[in-house]
This record gives sequence, structure tokens and C-alpha cells, in this order.
Amino acid sequence: MITFIIRRILVMIPQLLLLSIIIFLLAKAMPGDAITGAFQGNPDADANHLEEIKEKMGLNDPWYQQYGRWLGNFVQGDMGMSYVHKQKVSSLLAGRLGNTLLLSIATMITIYLISIPLGIIAGRWHNSWADKLVVTYNYVALATPVFVFALIMLFIFGFSLGWFPITGSVDIRAENGSWEYYISKAKHLVLPTLSGAIIGTVGTIQYLRNDIIDTKLKDFVKTARAKGVPEGRVYTRHILRNSILPIAAFLGYEITLLITGSVFIESIYSYPGLGKLFIESISTRDFTVVSALVMISGAAVIVGTMLSDIILSIVDPRIRID
Amino acid sequence: MKTELTVDQQEALKKVKAENKSFAQTIWHEIKNDKVAFIALFILTVIMLIAYISPLFLDQTESGRVNFSQIYKPPSAEFWLGTDRGGRDIFTQLMIGARNSFTIGVVITLISGVLGLGIGLISGYYGGKVDFVIMRVIDFLMVLPTLMLIIVFVVIVPKFNVWSFIGIMSILLWFGKARLIRSRTLAERELDYVNASKTLGTPNWKIMLFEVFPNISSLVIVNMTLNLAGNIGIETGLTFLGFGLPESTPSLGTLISYAQHPDVMENKWWVWLPASLTILVVMLCINYIGQAIKRASDARQRLT
Repeated sequence: MITFIIRRILVMIPQLLLLSIIIFLLAKAMPGDAITGAFQGNPDADANHLEEIKEKMGLNDPWYQQYGRWLGNFVQGDMGMSYVHKQKVSSLLAGRLGNTLLLSIATMITIYLISIPLGIIAGRWHNSWADKLVVTYNYVALATPVFVFALIMLFIFGFSLGWFPITGSVDIRAENGSWEYYISKAKHLVLPTLSGAIIGTVGTIQYLRNDIIDTKLKDFVKTARAKGVPEGRVYTRHILRNSILPIAAFLGYEITLLITGSVFIESIYSYPGLGKLFIESISTRDFTVVSALVMISGAAVIVGTMLSDIILSIVDPRIRID
Repeated sequence: MKTELTVDQQEALKKVKAENKSFAQTIWHEIKNDKVAFIALFILTVIMLIAYISPLFLDQTESGRVNFSQIYKPPSAEFWLGTDRGGRDIFTQLMIGARNSFTIGVVITLISGVLGLGIGLISGYYGGKVDFVIMRVIDFLMVLPTLMLIIVFVVIVPKFNVWSFIGIMSILLWFGKARLIRSRTLAERELDYVNASKTLGTPNWKIMLFEVFPNISSLVIVNMTLNLAGNIGIETGLTFLGFGLPESTPSLGTLISYAQHPDVMENKWWVWLPASLTILVVMLCINYIGQAIKRASDARQRLT
């Protein structure tokens, strides 16, 4: 058990290093460096002077030295300067991170709220009309691209019905910290959350349904029934206890989906989070921000996958054999 | 010495041969018996026929010309789906977009399929150290933030065109497939027919290509069908964001991207809604057909 966990954590280190090398090389391949950004549009900057600064900043060193410095700074939280926003990348990200976290957490909670009851219904009354309805919903959700769904939601509930605000994360007139502020924040959250959650339920429903269909024929369930445990309790106490834990563990695998979703949903709803920042930065060629964002997302996926692997290995010892 | 078969044996052999349908026949049988899959196949065929044939009759330079007297016309007899901000016919653009999105989706699926198949076969067939190294590389590639990397590549590639887009997508979308094929190949190589061929001295590449591959081909077909839907989704999504197909090759995503303008979204639904629904319908149809093929490939799941 312990050896598996240690081995799994050790695997993560080369993955993170490799990711950082790839991103560093990509950042080098992107046009422009720290100098071009800082002196962009400054007519007084002359070529010799720029070359001098470049030398001083170490931009003429071999790539591995530059990489070492970049990684060292990155780990310490210094991700460079944004050319466009003229501020530190780290503070720029910190300002947006809260919104993305809020949206992701709300989306995950909504996914569970929808998929766990539906999964249980479909599994318990397997092949009933309710099950068929859930399966059809799953098919449609699987086939719907997130950006198409988000646009249609925005069109119906934002524009046509006008029930919810269509852009931003909060009403700018609302005073920070006031009651209206939180209400407005919640209202701005509804559509982006539902757009991600309604079609994000596929994996969880499918897993739960199949797992219940498998488990309900197992011997220990028959034993419980034979002992006279009421049918409802058989499900809550005996079957679900086995099925719910892996669902919680899948959270780490879902991070990739959440990141992908946030890129589309945040751009469609102009929601000021990291996904929108990524699209903005790449459109304005603000590459320090872009590489920082790719690095952070990649690291989040690597760490999330590792946590899921470890939790699942505790839940299901068969996985550990590897 | 050739032994003569008895009449009974000949009968039995005939019967087995008759029942032993090809995979294509099994798929067709499965789709025919599944109402939803049959309708899906029908709708998809109709959409594709219109999308591939109608551009032959439509004058692309004529319909692509900006006409300021016809800006944002709602649907009418002359313009079936209205016009856009340049007065161009939306229906023509929809058909060209559907054709481009589908064609590029198929090309990406095929290229990434060949990559995944090749690497998966090699990894699973040789096993051991080769397998270990390839699988560790794939483990790493699987945790990359793929969508973000595709966008970064699209932006930094010099002289970006359709082929560079196809290349970027194919290179970043084969990992899952390779892993799937590798696990099936691992099981397959333990079987007697592989050992028999090895003993006979058949070269490894021949065993992989002509013996193992046909036995896992149904898995490959199922996986590629479902991937096709996914790839069309990713392509149109990227084009929607402005990081997909270049403007010279309009896709369904190009039409939908006009909806980023609030006025178009709210008041000119005919510009973006038909393209959105086309993507939905096409992806749903491909998925239903894919599920039918999946059932056909697994005898236990077949309907009849």
C-alpha cells in the first residue's frame, strides 16, 4: 500500500519536469520575449541598449541555464510580467483564480446533484421507462459539444427569457461585500454552471448505473435481502456504499474536463476566470501569461490524476498490482 | 490424402459458412434492427449527401461575394436561411461548413487512428521493455492539457493552414487509442495462432498487420466511429474560438462564432442556430451508429 503511494508520487516528479521543459521550449518558440514586451511601442529604445539589457537578464545564455532560472522562479511564484496588463502574472492569475474555482466547484456539485439520483434510478429500475429516459439523456449529453450547449442555454435563458445575466461574474454596481453583491454573484453563476453540469454528468451516471446493475446481483446483496432488509435500505446501506466512493475519487480525472469546459464556457459568458484569461492572452499574444496558465493547468491535471489513482487504489486493492 | 466429407458434414459446413457473416454484414444487420440507429444513419446520409453535392451546384464565388444591399436578411424564399453581415447566403455557408467539418473530422480520425493503431500494436505485440517505455510516454501524454496545447500550437505554427491544423490535432489525439489497442493486443498475442505463426517463421510485422490487426479491427472501427464525433466537436469548438480552421476554409464553427456578437446572438438566430443544430444532429447520429457498431462487434450485446 505505502509502496504504491510512494511509487505513484515519484512517477509524478518526472511528469512535472517534462511538462515544464515542454512549456519552456514552447514559450521560447513563441515570438517575443520579456524585452519586446517591456519596450513595446517605446521609440526611445535603441538596439544596442536592448542588447545590453538582454545580456544582463541572461536571455543570451544557453537554454538549459535559462530553463533552470525560469523553473526556479516559477516554483517560487515569480512567473514574469504580462506585456499586455503590465503587471505580475502571479497577481493577474490570483485575481482570476477565485472565479474559476467558484465555477468549477459549483459545476461539480451540480453534476453530483443531477447524476447520483439519476444513476441510482437507472440502476435500480434497470430497463424501466425511467432507465431508458436516463440513458437517452446520457446519449444526447455525450454527443453535445459544450460550446453549442452553452450558446443555446445563453440564447434561451439569457437573451430570450432574460432570467439570468448574460456576461461577467458580478454586477459592477453592486458594492463589494453587500448582500446584493453575493446575490448578483450567484445569479451570474447559474447559467455557466448549468451549461457545464448538465452535459458533464455522462461519466458519473454511466458508472453508477453499470455498477448498481452489477452489484445488485451479488451474493452479499442477496444475503441482505434474505435477512429481510427492506429494499430501500438494501440500496442505501449495501449497494451504494460500494459505488459512491469511487465517484468521489474520479474527481481528479474530471479536472481535465473542467479546464476544457472553463475555456469555452468562460469565453461564451465573458466570465472573468482563468479560461477566459487564457483565450484573451493568446489572442493578444501575451505569452508569459499563456505559458503560466498551461503550466498550472498541466500541473493540476497531473496532481489530480495522482490523487485519484491513490484514492482508487485504497478503495479497490486490485488496482495496486501494477 | 484427402478425406471425403459425409453429406451431413457438408451440410453442417454450409450452415456454418452461411451463418458466418462478415463484420460489415453484422453491422448492417444490427443497424437494420435498431430503429434509432437506422434513422440516425438515414439522417446522416441525407445531410452528407446535401452537404457534398450541393456545393457542386452552388457558385461559391458568387455566394461568397459581399452584397451590402442584402445584409442580415431573415430567411426567405430567396435565401433559405437568410444572410450574414456581408449579405452572403447562410445556407450555402452551412453546406460548405458541414462538408469541411466532416471531411476534416474524418481525415483527423484516420491519421490519429493509424498513429494510435501502429503504436498500440507495437507496444502490445512486443511487450516487455518496449511496452514499458511506450506506456510511460503515453501515461505522460495523457495528462497534458490537450486543448490548451492545440491552441498554443495553432498560434505559434508559422504559415498556419488546414494541413497544419490536421497535423496538430492528429499528433495530440492518438494517446487514448494507442492505450486501448495495446491492451487488446497484449491479450491477443498470448493466443495460439500468434505462436503458431512465430514458429513458422512469419516476420513480426506480418503477424501484426495481417493476423493480429484483423482480429482487433472491430474494436478499431468502433473506437474510430465514436472518435469521429468527438473530433468534429473539437474542431468546430476550436474554430468557434478562432483557433481552428483558417478563414479560407469555413467550418460549422465559423458560422457559430458569429454568435459571439450579442446582437447576432439575440436577433439574428438564423446565422448561428442552424449550424449549432447541424453539429448536434450530426454528432448524435454518429454516436448512435457507433453504439450499434459496438453492439455488432460484441456477440453478447447483439439485439438478435
